[in-house]
Amino acid sequence: MALRRSRAPAPGWPEYLADRAGRVQHPLLSDYFAAGCPGPDTPIGEAPLVALDIETTGLDSRRHAIVSIGLVPFTLARIPLREAQYWVLKPYRELTATSVTLHRITHSEVKDAPDLADVLPEVLAGLKGRLAVVHYRHIERPFIDSAVFNRLGEGLLCPMIDTMSLEARLHRQSPWARFRRWLGRPPVSIRLQASRDRYGLPPYQGHHALVDALATAELLQAQVANRFSAETPLGELWS
Amino acid sequence: MEVEWLEIRQHMGRFPPFEAFSDELLDEVAAQVEVAYYRADSDIFVSDQEIDVLGYVRSGAIEVRRRNGDLYDRLGEGDMFGHFSLLRRQRVRFPVRALEDSLIYFIPDAIFQRLCEEDEQFADFVEVERPRLETAVKHQKQQNDMMVTRVRKLLTRYPLMLEAATTLQEAAAQVTEFGASAVLVLDTPEEKARYVFRDSEERAWQVSGILTDSDFRSAVAKGQAPDTPIGDVVGPWLVAIQSDESVHEAMLTMLRNNIHHLPVMHRRGPVGIVHLSDIIRYETHSSLYLVSNIYSQSSAEGLARLAPDVKGTFVRMVEDGADSRMIGSALSTIARSFTRRLLELAEEELGPPPVEYCYMAMGSMARNEQTLVTDQDNALVLADDFDPERHDDYFLALAKRVSDGLAACGYAYCTGDIMATNPRWRQPLSVWKGYFRDWIQDPTPERLLHSSIFFDLDAVYGENSFVEQLQDLVASQAPQSKLFLAAMARNALNRTPPLGFFRTFVMEKDGKHNNSINLKRRGTAPLTDLIRVHALACGSRSQNSFERLSDIGHTRLLPDGVEEKLRHALEFLTLTRIHHQVIDIQTEGEPDNNIEPESISDSDRHTLKDAFQVLSNAQKFLKFRYPIPSASERRRR
Repeated sequence: MALRRSRAPAPGWPEYLADRAGRVQHPLLSDYFAAGCPGPDTPIGEAPLVALDIETTGLDSRRHAIVSIGLVPFTLARIPLREAQYWVLKPYRELTATSVTLHRITHSEVKDAPDLADVLPEVLAGLKGRLAVVHYRHIERPFIDSAVFNRLGEGLLCPMIDTMSLEARLHRQSPWARFRRWLGRPPVSIRLQASRDRYGLPPYQGHHALVDALATAELLQAQVANRFSAETPLGELWS
Repeated sequence: MEVEWLEIRQHMGRFPPFEAFSDELLDEVAAQVEVAYYRADSDIFVSDQEIDVLGYVRSGAIEVRRRNGDLYDRLGEGDMFGHFSLLRRQRVRFPVRALEDSLIYFIPDAIFQRLCEEDEQFADFVEVERPRLETAVKHQKQQNDMMVTRVRKLLTRYPLMLEAATTLQEAAAQVTEFGASAVLVLDTPEEKARYVFRDSEERAWQVSGILTDSDFRSAVAKGQAPDTPIGDVVGPWLVAIQSDESVHEAMLTMLRNNIHHLPVMHRRGPVGIVHLSDIIRYETHSSLYLVSNIYSQSSAEGLARLAPDVKGTFVRMVEDGADSRMIGSALSTIARSFTRRLLELAEEELGPPPVEYCYMAMGSMARNEQTLVTDQDNALVLADDFDPERHDDYFLALAKRVSDGLAACGYAYCTGDIMATNPRWRQPLSVWKGYFRDWIQDPTPERLLHSSIFFDLDAVYGENSFVEQLQDLVASQAPQSKLFLAAMARNALNRTPPLGFFRTFVMEKDGKHNNSINLKRRGTAPLTDLIRVHALACGSRSQNSFERLSDIGHTRLLPDGVEEKLRHALEFLTLTRIHHQVIDIQTEGEPDNNIEPESISDSDRHTLKDAFQVLSNAQKFLKFRYPIPSASERRRR
């Protein structure tokens, strides 16, 4: 079923990255873009992946800032935790009370934390050459883009597999989901933990960038095992 | 920034063997984990694949099968797999599949090997050196040593203490007011004083002696003035005991020194005084006390009133950390004492027996392996000058009194009617010898059943030599009859152990799940049956299973090391059964032989599984060891 979906035939991510590589000024970014990404025909089972999760002070990338970043490089077969990385950052903007309770990161922890600019080389090295996997790309993508833009004067957009949108395809856009909606049933939750529950994945303490990145990586493994296969080309999964 | 996997560390820390790890070690292990998701019915390890990781089930369930497809194990959350192959540096021997959608944590071989080298408990758990079963039994023993009742358990309050300058009269008044019968006398510390402590105001004191009621009495008798300081009255030396000594030691100390009060010290400071009556009250629950109480009863009703004390004694022994043999033999001794006393009382009423007899016990009582849940198996062996016409009325009346009396004391009637009240089991010695010979030489299903009950036999009362002759007959004839041994061996395979546990279920070999398990029927009884067959084969005259195992160990009937394994399995299964009976009593239920998987700890589950495995292997060997003789072999006999 997923194979016959008529998606836009890849947004031309490899071409976009190659184009940016030639035009960006900052060496960090040209290095990042030059590494490119696997092509749309690469089977997911062969692609180097990296689960990415950021915790922020709010939802608006123009007003809020990144508090922490979790990166978990992995493949469809294994998620080696020793390669995971995690940073707590000094937010560019004020830490709000709600974000404190949500992410369990307090002002004192953040006080001595570095600015994103200080760790950006490490973050980009972790992302480089790998396909990012996130749950709800509309947070990670604009926040990374604007945070990098604020520090380096140039933005960063990259291809992402969004595990939430993979869930949405099944639970929001399928004929069955439309039928449910027509019956007036509440939509199935496609939040991270609710999605994991459906695949028998254990509950994790959410809202910690590292744990959520791991949770996202596991969710992708489960989604592919249940609904796709190791041979599914990236072009059908990324957005 | 240092990455910390709290989520993973906390999960692993809940399950053995990781539960014994420090947080630092768990963090180290967690940081090396590799995670993978497996959909239900997908392969995790396939036969002959190279293996470089230990598997740990984070969620879901997996299934391990033998190469021939037989179920080997089902594992759930917190279980690990693959360590057998890792230890032996082999390829995968038993393939592993996901039974449900499962999340697996893989721990790299390098970490696994390091844990085996550095953590002895971990190594034991994965059976690097010693089998886990043996370790568990040893561990139980160690705990037992620590659980021996300490004398401090008897203390209820802090002792009364007075300065040496206090007058006799004042001291007597204080002792009365305090409701005590003794007082410790304090002095300013001398050099080298043995018992010195500081009070709440940091003043140092020396305990120089103890003054008891009898000291006051003798002071009065001697005509000492009421204003004599107690320091002048108190004896020259003080006998005391450390609080972590056993109650038994305290009792011996009192007997040796002929004293009734014993100060109890924690290091150099006093914490209390035990009186002889405290010890007697405590010992009331001992089996020794119960037995002497049984013999002092003058009626069957009096004996029946002691039934609750049997439970009390049982619980006390288990709490004191007795092993299965101590408990089994104490309960058997108690049951014997009830029986003997009932026989004595019956004889008092019915008059002396017209011919000599021996009252014999079978089953667990004969083996000295009784637990709380037991019924009576007994019989009467009469002298050969027994004349049914003239004498049987007497013995029927005798048998009935004893059976009824035992039932009133909590020993249920035998549902199979294996009791002396049944005329078939109230026969002269020559008839019994005939029974036994027939059962051995021509085993039928019914006779085999009798053999498995009656061939655990022991004299309880009367002319013991009758029963000894029967024991001799069995020991000399059973080893000769291959057909009998083969038939007994097959009979011993009727009851089999389960494979193990899976979540809150008992897992059977065919993969079915049950909610509870009768640990007697599925564990101790088939094990006892199996030991009996070997014991009969080697002509052992022992009745107790552990003693039988020792006899078997002197022969070449079993492969090396098997005797030890059977011993550990029997000990562990019996004690588990006993512990669950205590839990039943403490939760005010009727004790039974059933245990529910949810009430078994994680480590006990693993050990029980090992014990079941030992039993299962021994059963397989039994069939092979005692084959049915060919027809020509039978004719030769």
